[in-house]
Amino acid sequence: MNDSAENRPAIEFRHVSYRVNGNGDAARELLHDLNLEVQRGETLVLLGRSGSGKTTTLKLINRLLTPSSGELRVEARPTRDWDVIRLRRMIGYVIQEVGLFPHFNVERNISLVPKIENWPADRIHARVLELLQLVGLNSEIASRYPRELSGGQRQRVGVARALAADPPILLMDEPFGALDLITRAELQREFLELQKRLRKTVVFVTHDLREALLLGTRIALMEAGKLVSIQTREEFLNSTEPLAAAYKQAFGTPL
Amino acid sequence: MNLWQFMLQNRTEVLELTFEHLKLVGISTFLAVLVGIPLGILITRWPSLNKPVLGGANIIQTIPSLALFGFLLPAPWIGARADRLAILALALYALLPLIRNTYAGIQGVDRSIVEAGRGMGMTDRQLLFQVELPLALGVIIAGVRVATVISVGLATIAAAIGAGGLGEYIFRGLAMVNNQVILAGAIPAAAMALLADVSLGWIEKRLSHL
Repeated sequence: MNDSAENRPAIEFRHVSYRVNGNGDAARELLHDLNLEVQRGETLVLLGRSGSGKTTTLKLINRLLTPSSGELRVEARPTRDWDVIRLRRMIGYVIQEVGLFPHFNVERNISLVPKIENWPADRIHARVLELLQLVGLNSEIASRYPRELSGGQRQRVGVARALAADPPILLMDEPFGALDLITRAELQREFLELQKRLRKTVVFVTHDLREALLLGTRIALMEAGKLVSIQTREEFLNSTEPLAAAYKQAFGTPL
Repeated sequence: MNLWQFMLQNRTEVLELTFEHLKLVGISTFLAVLVGIPLGILITRWPSLNKPVLGGANIIQTIPSLALFGFLLPAPWIGARADRLAILALALYALLPLIRNTYAGIQGVDRSIVEAGRGMGMTDRQLLFQVELPLALGVIIAGVRVATVISVGLATIAAAIGAGGLGEYIFRGLAMVNNQVILAGAIPAAAMALLADVSLGWIEKRLSHL
């Protein structure tokens, strides 16, 4: 066991900035000097409005984007030193539009990563059944196609797919954003149950303060490409920081 | 003597020319698919090749068919036999719809789906063969359909350089000022085009994913 690596945070941002070259005008900075640590087994919520840099932060972790400057470490190793395919396969990824493959049935969608990792067929099948149960879906659903599922079912399949190869890290980009309120509450509750058992390192993006307070071990508040504050639920509720206060006011009480 | 009597009387020749026509269209479309679809994929991977490749295919398309046959005549091996020449010319014409549809089909795959796949650690090759091509298949088949239908029509002109096919009857009929002979070539050709359109349309529908 490498003790020093075990004790390091699962994900570390050190002075990470991300710029894109705008057409014609100067480079636009989407993320400015981000310093952030995600501890093993915690759910860190990135909270902020559209364009605040939440999704950019997430995509830097699985290297769908690479930092323009600064260093980002996953499992104590800079992302640019990782074999990108290996890195991504140990990070589950759930997005709002789910991104299920419409031409694959539920079973093939869930077994995508195990399959490209060459697991034997019987192990894959057993894993699919296990995962369906884990996310509260009937095994009969395995042969259905995504278009035949409800929004909530699709999102559950998306979570099952991300968990398939048992990755230590999960990235979730507004996974419940497109669901109706009741289904969303259901999935949030199930997520909490699941996380209690699985203890994954989760980075969860949302613009919904209630969701952030419900799910987050800590809440990282972002605005215009910068990290404003990073606090626990209690700290956030008592915070007098202006942006945190503005959020609390916008969502009203009681929270 | 009416058209049907004429065709019945000359049924061996009609069948022979129809078969020749099918051969011209079949081989040329097959070759065009072999070249056009990989080219279409290539320009999704190297966007800088997009303009020259599509531009080139566009220019070929603007060359009048008789002139293209003439241009290819001096080419070695190809120019030696009329059917080779016709097949090459037809294949060149079929390239544009194939390249364009392959490109558009792949570009049209929902970006969030591709990104989800990439985020899960699929390699570029896995994404292409397991996600992008299957989802673009309907659009690609639509390109094959357009290319085939155009090819059936164009192949009639191949008779002008002695490549055979149903164009034989059309040119013969023109020379004889005999409508029946023209129709004996035109009607089977039109039927062939319709058949190709309907059957490939059916395949296209079966393979399209929403």
